[in-house]
Amino acid sequence: MPRITMREAISQALWEEMERDTRVFIMGEEVGVWGGSYAVTKGFYDHFGAERVKDTPISEATIIGAAIGAALTGLRPVAELMTINFAFSAFEHIVNQAAKLHYMFAGQMVLPLVIRTVGGGGRQLAATHSQTPDVVFAHFPGLKVVAPGTPEDAKGLLKSAIRSDDPILFIESATLYQSRGEVAEGENLIPIGKSKIQRPGKDVTIVSYSKMLETSMKAADQLAQEGIEVEIVDLRTLRPLDMEPVLESFKKTNRAVIVEEGWRSYGVGAEVSARIYEEAFDYVDAPIQRVAQKEVPLPYNRNLEQLALPQVEDVVKAVKEVL
Amino acid sequence: MEKNEYVELFHQMILIRLVEEQATQLYQQGKIGGFLHLYIGQEAVSTGLISSRQPQDRVITAYRDHGVAINCGIPVKVVLAELLGKATGCSEGRGGSMHMADVGKNFWGGHAIVGAHLPIAAGMALGDRYQGKDSVTICMFGDGATNIGYFHEALNLSKVWNLSVLWVCENNLYGMGTSVERASAVSEIRQKAEGYLIPNSRIDGMDVMEVRNAAQKAIETVRSNRTPYFLEIETYRFRGHSMGDPERYRTSDEVKCWQDEEDPIGIYHKYLLDNKIISSEELDELEKASEQEVQAAVQFAESSPEPLAEDLYKNLYVEME
Repeated sequence: MPRITMREAISQALWEEMERDTRVFIMGEEVGVWGGSYAVTKGFYDHFGAERVKDTPISEATIIGAAIGAALTGLRPVAELMTINFAFSAFEHIVNQAAKLHYMFAGQMVLPLVIRTVGGGGRQLAATHSQTPDVVFAHFPGLKVVAPGTPEDAKGLLKSAIRSDDPILFIESATLYQSRGEVAEGENLIPIGKSKIQRPGKDVTIVSYSKMLETSMKAADQLAQEGIEVEIVDLRTLRPLDMEPVLESFKKTNRAVIVEEGWRSYGVGAEVSARIYEEAFDYVDAPIQRVAQKEVPLPYNRNLEQLALPQVEDVVKAVKEVL
Repeated sequence: MEKNEYVELFHQMILIRLVEEQATQLYQQGKIGGFLHLYIGQEAVSTGLISSRQPQDRVITAYRDHGVAINCGIPVKVVLAELLGKATGCSEGRGGSMHMADVGKNFWGGHAIVGAHLPIAAGMALGDRYQGKDSVTICMFGDGATNIGYFHEALNLSKVWNLSVLWVCENNLYGMGTSVERASAVSEIRQKAEGYLIPNSRIDGMDVMEVRNAAQKAIETVRSNRTPYFLEIETYRFRGHSMGDPERYRTSDEVKCWQDEEDPIGIYHKYLLDNKIISSEELDELEKASEQEVQAAVQFAESSPEPLAEDLYKNLYVEME
């Protein structure tokens, strides 16, 4: 199987879906002539044309609002928000419109909408441009939130998202675009809302997703040298949250560490650990540990930024804590 | 215009007025929950406007939507059932007063966040353009909505992309309790469209025939020129912003003056008689028939079933887990 980057995987998914279905089109800031601010849509404008690769004004609320409207007419827009930090300017349309219309109008309104965006810190962009607010969006019923951690999942999940009739927020990680992985050629649709064991093990369960999957994998490699076998469950989708593989793994290891890039309070760790305690209390052998971002606006200074972000060593330490 | 078309406009305006009066009572009886925004006084606006559209033209509006729903063809009994939160309502009791829609009738809601539906309207026009359709999207909103960012983003986009949207501002002089003069840098809202080079006009919204004539021209301008147009319609709501409005921001004399001089139903009633389109007796009969129609609709709504508890999660997603 060819090893390609996350960027290439996402780009391939978009390209293939646009070739397959003329109802699919892209709109967003700098997606066209510029080629995408992360070069994901490089070459699309020349191939598909200005009607299908639409450069928008800097109007985030209207990018999402208009994508909702276009979806209501039967199109399948892929709206891009340059970063998830700009999603706050479109918050109304993501959580209060896209997430509501199908339910509130008794199923009359159908929104086959994908919102692609990019999150995460670690690039010295300071507090306003470095956030991981995934759980904020995952809080809202009516929306689906997908955040892949491997190129294979990114491609398969994005293709499924584009074919879905539900509104989906598809969160990519800026520091994963260059990461490589094996991606099967041709059609490989991955269902939305399914967690996956990314690394089998028997001693401790790590639950993670997106960028922190990579961090957790590195921690697992280190721990393996000490004879500790970590099992890693990748959530892949935050809503709907598939707890089955998590619980199955936990019932085997009886110990869990949850690793996320966002802040600890009210986070993925809080949600997943609560569910483990609710549904597998009898299997708990140690208090569940959470690894997350320190609770400050992310600083610009490189040392401080890295101090605030979850590191491989933090995961290693947490795993040893639960053993 | 044929006689029956004139009569239908009157019929719709009367129906709206009667439904809103019934809604007032049902609200006071505790049968309608939440917010209730009445359309009394503004009937000529949506009646004239929507009577001018073609079936392929979409309508989307704000939360003062009962009248628009009726004009778009949602049966009165279905509107009332939604107000009572019943399973037979147009949104099956999930939306209530502010969220009525019937997609089959090209009525796209009923949107309760001020200004948030304007970008959606632009997107529907984008979708129609993309698919080669000649539909016009008619997007209605209040004067208050023109002060929020969504309005400006959406107008700008509609001009940059030449989308077929008819922007319709119902200027009823107050955004809740704040007058246009206290909230907007320009008192003629249409001036905001000037800033985006969108052709515009300002008309009297208490005269249904004036609204209809202006709307017909505006809709055809949008359709044939494939550009947005901005119509400001001056009107006045005779009731409070919603049911819980102490109305400290305007005098009862002001309201009475509008009711006495500018009642859109009275104005149209006089127009029909002056132009000998219909007799006074026929109008009386029509009013009586409308009253019966609304009474029957109330009965239908009251006797309709509640939504089922087991349907709480219905329509959360198209593709459920």
